[in-house]
Amino acid sequence: MSLRPLTTPWFHGPAGHEKIWLGCAILWCFVMSLMMPYWHFRGKQNSTGEAYTVKPADFFARTEKFVASNRVGTFKNPIANALMTELPIVEPPAGGDAYLMGRMWQWYPALRLRKGETYRLHLSSLDLQHGFSLQPLNMNFQVLPGYDHVLTLTPTSTGEFTIVCNEFCGAGHHAMTGKIFVE
Amino acid sequence: MSHPSHSLSAPGAPGRVCGTTGLSVCFAAQRFIKLNAVSGIVFLLLGGIAALLLALTRWQTVHLLPVDWFYRILTFHGINMLILWILFFEVAILYFACTTPLNCRLFSRKIAWASFGMMLTGAVMVDYIILAGRADVMMTSYLPLLAHPLFYLGIILVAVGTLTGVFNFFATLYVAKRDGAYTGSMPIVTFGALAAAIIAVVTLLHGAVVMIPTFTYSMGWTAQPDPAWYRLIWWGLGHQSQQVNVCAMVAVWYLLSHITVGARPINEAVCRTAFVLYILFINLASAHHLLVDPGVGATWKIWNTSYAMYLAVLASMIHGFTVPAGVELAMREKGYTNGIFGWVTALPWRNPAFSGTALSLVIFGFLGGITGVTLGTQQINIIAHNTLRIPGHFHVTVVGGTTLAFMALAYYVIPLIFQRDFIFRGVARVQPWLFGIGITMVAFGMSFAGSMGVPRRSWDIDAQGVYGPAAHLWLGVLGMGGILAFTGLLIFALLCVGTLFFGAKIEGRAMADWGTPPALAGSQPGSLAHDHYATKGTIVLTLAFLACFAVYYFANWKALADVWPVR
Ligand code: HEM
Ligand SMILES: [Cu+2]
Repeated sequence: MSLRPLTTPWFHGPAGHEKIWLGCAILWCFVMSLMMPYWHFRGKQNSTGEAYTVKPADFFARTEKFVASNRVGTFKNPIANALMTELPIVEPPAGGDAYLMGRMWQWYPALRLRKGETYRLHLSSLDLQHGFSLQPLNMNFQVLPGYDHVLTLTPTSTGEFTIVCNEFCGAGHHAMTGKIFVE
Repeated sequence: MSHPSHSLSAPGAPGRVCGTTGLSVCFAAQRFIKLNAVSGIVFLLLGGIAALLLALTRWQTVHLLPVDWFYRILTFHGINMLILWILFFEVAILYFACTTPLNCRLFSRKIAWASFGMMLTGAVMVDYIILAGRADVMMTSYLPLLAHPLFYLGIILVAVGTLTGVFNFFATLYVAKRDGAYTGSMPIVTFGALAAAIIAVVTLLHGAVVMIPTFTYSMGWTAQPDPAWYRLIWWGLGHQSQQVNVCAMVAVWYLLSHITVGARPINEAVCRTAFVLYILFINLASAHHLLVDPGVGATWKIWNTSYAMYLAVLASMIHGFTVPAGVELAMREKGYTNGIFGWVTALPWRNPAFSGTALSLVIFGFLGGITGVTLGTQQINIIAHNTLRIPGHFHVTVVGGTTLAFMALAYYVIPLIFQRDFIFRGVARVQPWLFGIGITMVAFGMSFAGSMGVPRRSWDIDAQGVYGPAAHLWLGVLGMGGILAFTGLLIFALLCVGTLFFGAKIEGRAMADWGTPPALAGSQPGSLAHDHYATKGTIVLTLAFLACFAVYYFANWKALADVWPVR
């Protein structure tokens, strides 16, 4: 009985249907446990959490240097009340490093990438936490101030992609966007 | 006067005998069950009003609140629901589970007052400072976002108050055992509550570790804690507290399936082992909130979410079988033996405590469990983190699961503890359905919009120019489900409060029956105790569940395989 103390011996091993279910459930948990290491070695999409500590001012300097030496154009931002109405478009060398900085409320700069090339994309924040959410692909990563979060990324489709912020960062959060163009 | 016995059957013990169940009720426990439960319901109503405003804002076509109030009300909703409603109600459940089932009295009235006083003071402080606009930081208050110090102080007070209540629970159990208030092993309901209480202690200690330095930082006394460290420890609080809720909810399932259809656990040893698995493994599962965070490695993420978390998942899959199996067995013993599912149609679907329990189990298991495990898979999290899929998941666990189970419980707690019969009983019978269907719509709307990339915690989805008509449609489903769920919630709160004032008094007599299935002629209680293959319906249902789980799980791997390669 569920509501009164048990006074008769109650220890029994599982039997019958219960045993069948227990077996299925354990097996399923085992399959799920194996899927993650399997994908880690065989799958192409993984979050390894590669990161280095960095002072926001240093990350800002690296980004500015990256923009100055790789700028290829200008993007006119159509978003109302965005922090910047114009963004530099920057193309990192294939296989090279790209820097993307989040701050209230802008992803900076805009990037131009080549399909099939691999880049090391450095993400960090100058102020609060932000969320890197690449749309319409729907790939999401956390961005923290003080951490240089490195994604080794290979675009496999072309077009215009929008980076949305998906970690709350104040009143302009919904308008915090950025751009990645893939050719 | 001699040393008072803690047993309630001792002469002169401060309690009464329940006119419905024949169990003894301790007066002190009764008073604090009342205080905590009523406070919980008040916070549920506050959080519910906020919920309606949020649903009507995320419904992009309506877009009700201005931007600053949206984030303020979102903070308010998270705190009042997830922390205040749930914690106050859980303390009430703990006080019940350690007294009546064991036939003993509450350890200390003073401690119960201290606990309640701290919790209430903290709650008022937090709510005040949020509504004053000085803490627009979401309930997670991720650093470097910074709230007014009263926000952190209020949360610390609520946590310490809760811990004090939990201490009272442990002390009651200890004294009951020491004085021999009961013989044998504690019943499963108390055992489940004990598991919840143990996890609560670990959880609240994490809360202290993270909130105290954040509070001192907000006062300007110490340096800012590291944001990544904050996330790690905060989720030791934020996730584990969900396991407290799961434990409490499962204990309520066992309790209500027993009261409404006479179910008993089909195997006490297995059910109890499952509770122990929760205690041992759930703390590691907090890792699934950091799956796409910088600075935590793949091995750490995989270890904590696989081996560790899946043993807790196993525990839920065990309860998901044993609870309906107990119900099926009880129904078959009562003579409802037609086919595989004949017993299902004979269940008391018009008894709100039963329908609430059944809906809670189905919504929690089929929707909450499947989505939770899938989203918490290390790599799949890449296509889910911080999208609306996340609130889509937890509105079918802690709302459709825990909250609905607690509502179901109130349909017995109020008559048995407050000793008044419910007013408008016909309305009460539809309430769980309204709330359950509404919140399921909310969760579907959120989950589908989230798979289209719509972020959580975002006031607007038009500014970015990337979300099309389908996303807007699903946000409409969220909005309409929100109205239904809010109506269900409001009815619940009004019925409870109305009953406290206007319900017919039941002193010395039995409460009005909500409806329980009668035993058919010729049936025999206990006749199937040794038939291990009698639960045919349950095994079919659980295998169907497993099939849905596998389909959803692998469909998500497929979706992941379609996005850009990333390491
Ligand atoms: C009438 C029922 C409810 C409705 C319509 C509702 C609706 C919502 C909506 C629209 C959001 C905002 C999602 C976003 O934009 O990110 C939300 C967030 C949330 N809700 Fe509910 N909710 C309800 C009940 C509950 C209950 C009972 C609980 C807890 C026991 C709860 C816990 C939460 C939490 C923790 C959040 C996240 C807050 C945050 O992001 O900081 N909700 N809810
Ligand atoms: Cu942001």
